[in-house]
Amino acid sequence: MSSILPYVPAEEAAPLLSGEEATHTINFGPQHPAAHGVLRLILELKGEVVERADPHIGLLHRGTEKFIEYKTYIQALPYMDRLDYVSPMCMEHSFAIATERLLGIEGDVPERAKWLRTMFAELTRILNHLLNVTTYALDCGAITPALWGFEQREKLLEFYEAAGGSHYHVNYFRPGGVARDIPPETMARIGDWTRQFPAFLDDLEGLLTDNRIFKQRTVDIGVMTAEQAIAWGFSGPCLRASGCAWDLRKSQPYDMYDRVEFDVPVGVQGDCYDRYLVRMMEMRQSLRIMEQCLNAIRPGPVKIADNKITPPSRSDMKRSMESLIHHFKLYTEGYHVPEGATYTVTEAPKGEFGVYMVADGTNKPYRCKIRAPGFAHLQAIEVLSKGHMLADAVAIIGSLDIVFGEIDR
Amino acid sequence: MAEDIIEAPAPNSLLVLGESIMAAAAGAVTAVTLDRGGAELVLHADRTRWVPLHGLLRDGFAFEQLMDLCGNDYPARPERFEVVTNLLSLSLNRRVRVICTTNGEQPVPSLSALWPVVVWYERECWDMYGVVFAGLADMRRLLTDYGFEGHPLRKDFPLSGHVEVRYDEARKQVVYEPVQLAQDFRNFDFMSPWEAMTTLPGDEKVHLIREERAKIAGVDRARIEGTR
Repeated sequence: MSSILPYVPAEEAAPLLSGEEATHTINFGPQHPAAHGVLRLILELKGEVVERADPHIGLLHRGTEKFIEYKTYIQALPYMDRLDYVSPMCMEHSFAIATERLLGIEGDVPERAKWLRTMFAELTRILNHLLNVTTYALDCGAITPALWGFEQREKLLEFYEAAGGSHYHVNYFRPGGVARDIPPETMARIGDWTRQFPAFLDDLEGLLTDNRIFKQRTVDIGVMTAEQAIAWGFSGPCLRASGCAWDLRKSQPYDMYDRVEFDVPVGVQGDCYDRYLVRMMEMRQSLRIMEQCLNAIRPGPVKIADNKITPPSRSDMKRSMESLIHHFKLYTEGYHVPEGATYTVTEAPKGEFGVYMVADGTNKPYRCKIRAPGFAHLQAIEVLSKGHMLADAVAIIGSLDIVFGEIDR
Repeated sequence: MAEDIIEAPAPNSLLVLGESIMAAAAGAVTAVTLDRGGAELVLHADRTRWVPLHGLLRDGFAFEQLMDLCGNDYPARPERFEVVTNLLSLSLNRRVRVICTTNGEQPVPSLSALWPVVVWYERECWDMYGVVFAGLADMRRLLTDYGFEGHPLRKDFPLSGHVEVRYDEARKQVVYEPVQLAQDFRNFDFMSPWEAMTTLPGDEKVHLIREERAKIAGVDRARIEGTR
């Protein structure tokens, strides 16, 4: 089989138009640095004004949902890291809570594990927003924020490494708690980091918030009203920037979010600039939550004691035959999840990240649909960019916080 | 901050809500069930009245947002595909899941007139399961390759797929070839022997004794499974 593409005869050439009538089509991406990944955007332009935008996605489609149907629950979890690779732990969060709910153990998760998950989810939010805001500024012509922001990201990724052993694909949040406790000195190091971060945020804001060029590129560009945002399935910072005060951490709290104090920043205009402002303010709120978590975390177990679901400790395995059997069964057969279905959501940095999981009583999920926030956001690119200039389309893509790992799955 | 937290409705109130939707929908809802120990409301819908039901949910019950639409495949059922929507009410802070079934040939009416966001979800569902949506203007595939054949999330579609792609240096182009695996996909059966095998050849006597014992104790297999 040389090619499975059917032969399609070329359409009759459209008559060449000149002046204001002429439109032309360009291929934006899939290897364009401002496309934030492998986005192929077919843009129909009249002069330099966007008439139509048709995103072609799926260039990073890896069949995650199909894979998960063939893996045990434990084996499926690392696939979640590889969805939105800018905020890996938040991706695990939905999957871990969904599995816990189906197993009926959500209430048994120890407090320390919940605090750690809350703290690392917020750390991940800062990680995500730092990348988005700074690369978005890069798209709009500012280089310095990216250089500064990545330094802070490296510091945060070291905490990832301390907790999960790797920079990105940590596989840290597990059904029943977290994979392992953090090293004892990590808390103090995170504390040190939180004390220097506000000064960095001030610097970053000084570079961008009142920057004339940045404002010219973003204010009143890509405006989404609240009604439009709701109809287009927006969530997270993009929905809040349109003036809709909706945050799952407040309205449907999970883990320890009902025990921490934070505010929900809300935008007014719903343009690219507001989406930037909301993310900047969210970082300060995330910092507030992290500080509260650091004060509230007490020593204790970090996963439920039931060794049918979480592995026994190494030292136990050396002495107890039962622990050895538990370990072996857990990593081969895995646990059986009772029949049922759940649509479990968390407030990921990009918006509502949902997992619709159907369990059939075996050790593998029958169906695991991943609801990625970016999927809905990217679809609105046509309404957002219509009538704007080509360069504005770049600013709009940047403001939507697109990551193809989660959109293409 | 406590006053900011809106209490999630108690499970029984979900059932009340489901029944009031069922009454208002006048036959479009065939059954109301609760999932996950009563925490999630599920409506089973009549496919032919899929759009009016969603219109009612959006306008009459304030489920303003369609968060997700996806398919599911049960090959053993006469109508093997499920189409599932997850709706969210921002104003009343509640969710509902609506499910209808189809055999893959009969189309499901498209919700694109109600929510613009649904277009990609329906395109994905068509791509992955081959479910046809009537009234969907854009029926191109979404996630798979240009010119892809088949619907990969169907349970009878192999995990490895049918074709593999590589760059051919001699022909200076990307070529598609039937997939060849050096080693078969290893799908282990991890069921414990004492769960998966009930009769071993030559071991029937043991099995009979076991059954007798179980009868005497009044314990059925399901109970044993349940306590494990």
